[in-house]
Amino acid sequence: MKADCGSLIKKVYEASVNYLQILDENGNVDAQLLPKELDDRKIIEMYKFMCLARAMDAKTLSMQRQGRAVTYGPLVGEEATQIGSACAMRKNDFFVPTFRQHGVYIVRGLPLDKFFIYARGFEDGVSKTENVGATPEIVPVSTQLPHAAGIAYAKKFKKEDSAVITYVGDGGTSEGDFYETINFAGLFKVPLVLIIENNQWAISVPRKRQSAAETLAQKAIAGGVPCIQVDGNDVIAVYKATADAISNARNGPTVIECVTYRMSMHTTADDPTKYRSDSEVEAWKPKDPILRVRKYLNRKNLWNDSLEQQMNDQNSKLVDDAVAKAEAFRMDPKAMFENVYSFMPDVLKEEEDEAISSNFWQ
Amino acid sequence: MQMNMVSALNNALDLAMHENEKMVILGEDVAKDGGVFRVTDGLLAKYGENRVIDTPLAESSIVGTAIGMAIEGLLPVPELQFAGFMYLAFSQIVNHAARYRSRTRSAITLPMIMRTPVSGGVRTLEHHSESPEVEYAHIGGLIVVEPSNPYDAKGLMISAAHGKDPVVFLEPTKLYRLFKQEVPEDMYEVPFGKANVIKEGNDLTIITYGTMVQVVKNVVEKRNLSAQIVDLRTINPLDEKTIIDSAKKTGKVIVVHEAPLSFGVGAEISARIAEKAMFELDAPIIRVGAPSLPYPFPADEQYYVPNEIKVSKAIDKLLSV
Repeated sequence: MKADCGSLIKKVYEASVNYLQILDENGNVDAQLLPKELDDRKIIEMYKFMCLARAMDAKTLSMQRQGRAVTYGPLVGEEATQIGSACAMRKNDFFVPTFRQHGVYIVRGLPLDKFFIYARGFEDGVSKTENVGATPEIVPVSTQLPHAAGIAYAKKFKKEDSAVITYVGDGGTSEGDFYETINFAGLFKVPLVLIIENNQWAISVPRKRQSAAETLAQKAIAGGVPCIQVDGNDVIAVYKATADAISNARNGPTVIECVTYRMSMHTTADDPTKYRSDSEVEAWKPKDPILRVRKYLNRKNLWNDSLEQQMNDQNSKLVDDAVAKAEAFRMDPKAMFENVYSFMPDVLKEEEDEAISSNFWQ
Repeated sequence: MQMNMVSALNNALDLAMHENEKMVILGEDVAKDGGVFRVTDGLLAKYGENRVIDTPLAESSIVGTAIGMAIEGLLPVPELQFAGFMYLAFSQIVNHAARYRSRTRSAITLPMIMRTPVSGGVRTLEHHSESPEVEYAHIGGLIVVEPSNPYDAKGLMISAAHGKDPVVFLEPTKLYRLFKQEVPEDMYEVPFGKANVIKEGNDLTIITYGTMVQVVKNVVEKRNLSAQIVDLRTINPLDEKTIIDSAKKTGKVIVVHEAPLSFGVGAEISARIAEKAMFELDAPIIRVGAPSLPYPFPADEQYYVPNEIKVSKAIDKLLSV
């Protein structure tokens, strides 16, 4: 039977996924793969951005613990994925984040006080993200991905030389909107770069419980979309993969899986010691994305303790000034009512008037 | 020109597409097939495949990508093939389409028109006959309209195309080809939030919309009643003024809709009348709707959708007080 059918069986499709690492955890760079535009100055700049992102992250976490910020999703450990991809974006590119890409906004130039206004729980913190070519952070998982594909469709429609970079977590790749986005993007060949920030944990569920797929990148293949897996703790590899995808965006989308690790909690509302071991976390510490760049820079005599101290002082000041500004921000509850429709419906106006005349807002 | 609701909507979309080159139509079967009800018929040939887009069969991303297009300045008109399938896009509509303006303090606004056929009475399969207006009307940030005739359908569609807000545009399947009406060939708007008093009367007020407008008109005509008939046209924002004024005028009110009674539009309207005109009523408000159960299979729908008998009995009850 088998022999008879053998001649009828032919391979109709075959695929593989490449893995890219350029800067290893000991600070060694693969010189052949190092992008030409990444000179020393540019690498130092990426390093500084990663350190600033970590400083902001630590500050927000402590503010949350003091009741000065709302529930917060820390980025610590994922700086290379965020800063590397953000630094690869061109001015006219656009990005669509999840709720964790705080670091990307920093690179794109969102004023730091805006970040802290959002961290304090006000809409006004994300009300002007379009000024830095972005949508606001978004909380539901994966639902931002079709927006990114639609924005990319519109960029192509308007014949703009612009790519749209969007992010999703490892858990998010299980959602229907993820698959629908890959399918749409592949079909219409829109200029989309979809970055899977695979930090190994979706709250308490590990990567292996999320999918039987060997890599998350390969999920792109079913939609006819090229993909690559990179060391997400290697800022240079993330930069290169993103830059390559952006320069190819006019031909269609790319999916990049960045393999990184969530060093902290999902958000300030959970306790990771309940579901993962300390030894697992310890094992990721030597792979730290910042540490390896410092090793590289030290070895090339581009960095030293005094420069490090100078940078840390500068970051503290930047962060403290932004926090002070954010904490001085006061909202007007009328803004809630006046930004629902392009006009004020009578029914809503009545509710607002009642709140004001009854002094509900004190 | 005499038009049925399908041709009136097609004409409205054509005029709006001609006027605004950033307007795009997307959905399942909307291009070559012209939509399963032919509402978008002929538009592909006129405006090309970049603007009239046959999408993959995936409702969530039909609305989700439309949201992205709107963020980037296009005017997307996603079609959801049937109201029962629109639930796959519910997360996009509720979590994003409705909220983008408020969560960005109007920095990002989403003018877009989400069209879907609604309501039953045409013996289709399951999930093709729902009346989901409350599910959308409850969500601040969305405009929800439901025309009952070709003239209003065209005027509301033009208003949606000229507006700055996300609109859920509910098109009663049964009314698509039920009757023709004189409809101007040029552009005109039927404003949002303005109900239409389609008949003045003194003895009772009947507030209705969508498929039930025809049913109510038939009953009132056959019984020669002096009834004030209010066709809401827009579910949200509600035209509370016309509702309250009409309730005060006649002192007797019935609200009629095809959707199930419990937690329906009738409940909302009754509550508002109770709050603002209770002492000017001569009788308790009566609501007429479908039973509070899932929409049945097509062979049963005659026992489910409110009919002239049900409306007439309700009127008897109201007038007997």
